[in-house]
Amino acid sequence: MERGAKEKNHQLYKPYTNGIIAKDPTSLEEEIKEIRRSGSSKALDNTPEFELSDIFYFCRKGMETIMDDEVTKRFSAEELESWNLLSRTNYNFQYISLRLTVLWGLGVLIRYCFLLPLRVALAFTGISLLVVGTTMVGYLPNGRFKEFLSKHVHLMCYRICVRALTAIITYHDRKNRPRNGGICVANHTSPIDVIILASDGYYAMVGQVHGGLMGVIQRAMVKACPHVWFERSEVKDRHLVARRLTEHVQDKSKLPILIFPEGTCINNTSVMMFKKGSFEIGATVYPVAIKYDPQFGDAFWNSSKYGMVTYLLRMMTSWAIVCSVWYLPPMTRQAEEDAVQFANRVKSAIARQGGLVDLLWDGGLKREKVKATFKEEQQKLYSKMIVGTQEDRSRS
Amino acid sequence: MGSRSSHAAKIPDVDSIRRETGFSQASLLRLYHRFRALDRTGKGYLSRLDLQQIEALAVNPLGDRIIDSFFPDGSLRLDFPGFVRVLAHFRPVDEEEDGNRDPKEPEPLNSRMNKLRFAFQLYDLDRDGKISRHEMLQVLRLMVGVQVTEEQLESIADRTVQEADEDGDGAVSFLEFTKSLEKMNIEQKMSIRILK
Repeated sequence: MERGAKEKNHQLYKPYTNGIIAKDPTSLEEEIKEIRRSGSSKALDNTPEFELSDIFYFCRKGMETIMDDEVTKRFSAEELESWNLLSRTNYNFQYISLRLTVLWGLGVLIRYCFLLPLRVALAFTGISLLVVGTTMVGYLPNGRFKEFLSKHVHLMCYRICVRALTAIITYHDRKNRPRNGGICVANHTSPIDVIILASDGYYAMVGQVHGGLMGVIQRAMVKACPHVWFERSEVKDRHLVARRLTEHVQDKSKLPILIFPEGTCINNTSVMMFKKGSFEIGATVYPVAIKYDPQFGDAFWNSSKYGMVTYLLRMMTSWAIVCSVWYLPPMTRQAEEDAVQFANRVKSAIARQGGLVDLLWDGGLKREKVKATFKEEQQKLYSKMIVGTQEDRSRS
Repeated sequence: MGSRSSHAAKIPDVDSIRRETGFSQASLLRLYHRFRALDRTGKGYLSRLDLQQIEALAVNPLGDRIIDSFFPDGSLRLDFPGFVRVLAHFRPVDEEEDGNRDPKEPEPLNSRMNKLRFAFQLYDLDRDGKISRHEMLQVLRLMVGVQVTEEQLESIADRTVQEADEDGDGAVSFLEFTKSLEKMNIEQKMSIRILK
């Protein structure tokens, strides 16, 4: 009876406490034993043997990875366990009840007709103030007054933009905030990360020069204080990039640089490989961990699916963006580390603080070694089950 | 809600696939997204290489065999119906559905028999309908790697074939295979819960 009950409760997918669906880790040995137990009626002792049914374990595991694996999963939005009344997060939509549909309809009404216009108006105000303000500050002669004004103009406009998105941000450990001459690194989930960090501190931005509205904003910002904008052609030249960044950090009067070393937007359940460029420069690194609460709105920008405008629209029609920002203590590269190891150390610190998964899959060569060891481990475990260890063999 | 169902229209031949595999609309959509995500170069079909690049599959001792099961008869391209057809074997068995089934229709892909057939063909590489001692050895070797000596493996393979073999031909036919696993709860062990 107990056996029957255990099988009924065999949960393959168990929810995490923060409401995201994840797999329940069971060991190879446990699962194969269970498979064998359900198949044979003879009492299961610990004598090592092989059963035809053992193959089921590996087969099913393999199929599960084909359906969903750790790496590819990071590039699509998280799945929530309970629905937050946004149809975009309802991945496998099923009609549940009339009441829920009515609630959802009401939600749509509020979000699109009430919240959206308010937010768009605020965003418009914020951006135009930023452009106008920084251009005006740019006309002033260089000096303390100009710096003071530019900081405040930047700050004010970012704060308005934060309101425009209804972002509710909790900052932790603000004493560790980045200082001049340092580099601030953070995990990247969406372009909003920039606004969130910049509304609490003064940073110099790094990025490619864009056309259109972004370009206008970039050109205006650089008049007020030095940011590092690269032309598209310059981005390919790593040495040029490194040189300009080094020049910037060495000038102690310049603001700390804000960089996202992942290079692309990840869906905020894990931290992926950090590109080592920013860690080679030799400046103090101030790591920052950003974690969004997926219950109120999914901030992840899937750039292959949505363009910038669609993305902003989705952001402004969510309930709110709730996130936590942790400022971690500064790190410097130790003598015996190289840039890659330093980058990994920073990455682990950020992942640990933010409660994100620190993924191993990084770098070309390392991956091969990791693969071989994993496979061997499984083979070792399985051999023990069918043949036993040296001691068992000599005993029998 | 209207916008959701139009996504399913993106899948070609979705109705015939549904009938054949028994997947729900939602599961098919999920699998379709997965298919597209695995097809990194956007060819519209999957090759062996695409599946081999799944890290977690590459560390599975039976990884290559599993990939082979998606490419029957030496084909080199896996289209979406083929992909779903294989995964349909792992759909959990719905007892209600089983009771209401029309006996004249062909067996659903996730029936006990079909699940067993799928497991059988993982052993039976040359598809002759029997697991020879040699084929048994090959699969065992995949699962243990270099951890076990040749003699030990041979004795295990011999014993297993002997236990299951009833007509004494030195190989395990499909019927003998099913007989030795008749008490096993195949429906649960060869099912992935999240596929409905």
